[in-house]
Amino acid sequence: MRYSALEIVRQAFSGNRNWKPAWREPQPKPHYDVIIVGGGGHGLATAYYLAKEFGITNVAVLEKGYLGSGNIGRNTTIIRSNYMLEGNEPFYEFSMKLWEGLEQDFNYNAMVSQRGIVNLFHSDGQRDAYARRGNAMKMHGVEAALLDREGVRKMMPYLNFDHARFPILGGLYQKRAGTARHDAVAWGYGRGADMRGVDIIQQCEVNGIRRDESGLVTGVETSKGFIGCNRLALATAGHTSVTGKMAGLDLPIETHVLQAFVSEGLKPVIHNVITYGAGHFYISQSDKGGLVFGADIDYYSSYAQRGNLATVEHTIEEGVSLIPGLSRARVLRAWGGVMDMSMDGSPIIDKTPIANLYLNCGWCYGGFKATPASGFCFAHLIAKDEPHYTARLLRLDRFERGLAIDEGGKGPQPNLH
Amino acid sequence: MASLITCPHCGVRPKEEFSIRGDAVPVRPAPNASDETWNRYVFVRDNPKGVIREYWHHVSGCRRYLVVERDNVSHAVLSVTDATVAGRAGQKEGVR
Repeated sequence: MRYSALEIVRQAFSGNRNWKPAWREPQPKPHYDVIIVGGGGHGLATAYYLAKEFGITNVAVLEKGYLGSGNIGRNTTIIRSNYMLEGNEPFYEFSMKLWEGLEQDFNYNAMVSQRGIVNLFHSDGQRDAYARRGNAMKMHGVEAALLDREGVRKMMPYLNFDHARFPILGGLYQKRAGTARHDAVAWGYGRGADMRGVDIIQQCEVNGIRRDESGLVTGVETSKGFIGCNRLALATAGHTSVTGKMAGLDLPIETHVLQAFVSEGLKPVIHNVITYGAGHFYISQSDKGGLVFGADIDYYSSYAQRGNLATVEHTIEEGVSLIPGLSRARVLRAWGGVMDMSMDGSPIIDKTPIANLYLNCGWCYGGFKATPASGFCFAHLIAKDEPHYTARLLRLDRFERGLAIDEGGKGPQPNLH
Repeated sequence: MASLITCPHCGVRPKEEFSIRGDAVPVRPAPNASDETWNRYVFVRDNPKGVIREYWHHVSGCRRYLVVERDNVSHAVLSVTDATVAGRAGQKEGVR
């Protein structure tokens, strides 16, 4: 069923009784060409592009919970392509371009809203760093503007410009950045994949990876029995080390918990996405009115999808320091998701030492914006056995070869990325 | 929750006094060890789900490095040892 204005009218005349479920709930077949482990944003996007762009439809997506129950439903919904380094910027810009055409492409309202992002700076050194980043973006063909203090004030008069310690001096502005409705991204990709014949199998946890004598993957042991496959793709985010271990992979990943928050619904006040340069705080307002914000990870390794109260306090202190009026808003909900923190803060989309096993991980806490390009590039890799041009540097072996892509210059310390 | 850490030198302290360095299992190899050994030490992490050992630095207290043994699913703290003591015990047991 194709969603359209006409379809809404037609369904209304029959009392909205004939809407079909957005995807089927199939039982697993004994064998697939490709199995994707992880029914989150990246796994579903991979299945979608495999079917749509590369014509591979005998595909299963195995999800241990329900569709989109992981980080795709737990993030702060920011999409942007304001990176600096060669390995990242073309990839994230490819993602941004896919976001721009996404809703028409998969016929689903993902509420993509290009409201612009401003990264604030508070010192001369930080201004230089952001000018450099903006220039790097321009050299990759991505529009960027450096706002001065008055330029920021015009857009966001409610900020604390005269903060005694961290006065706002300006910001790096990417106009095309914005937000998207995170759950709808998972639903849109899931529905699009399902329509093209992909089996999305929920409540199906992978417990083991079966390999033959030559080491090749033959299938996976799951809570619904053994399922065979020709090629296996892992897109398991915070649990990458767990699934990777089933195939004996050694990975440059540590798992950490990141919290996010939403306030009660307010009238429109924050019209853009803002990041605080003096801390690590980012905020936007959802179309429903809730202020959606987050800050740092909890710093210690964690597989629990819940965080520590001290981080809640830290996040809200940062928020109030930037936007004093925030102290009047009440937090409605807070939640945690587990992140696959890589050793250089950049992701991995690559083959593995096992010829028919493919890996997608290391998203740290920037995975949401990458969802379309991650799916496209991972599908390209699985279908053609060679990397997509924009993801060619996101290699698993880049660490040992000395080719880390360390955007923040923080070194191999995963809790700092 | 790992909200309170019992420092062997300072007693029960809030976790905000500590800076978390990361996995305490890898041991720094000899300077002339192979590239592969150094790669494993610097970049590869076991990252188990369950009980882990981490270095916590008591920056707002005794400034000692501690080894905190925790469950990273339940967040329960199982033991806290001074890193020097933990290191000696590791050598004795022949742990990597």
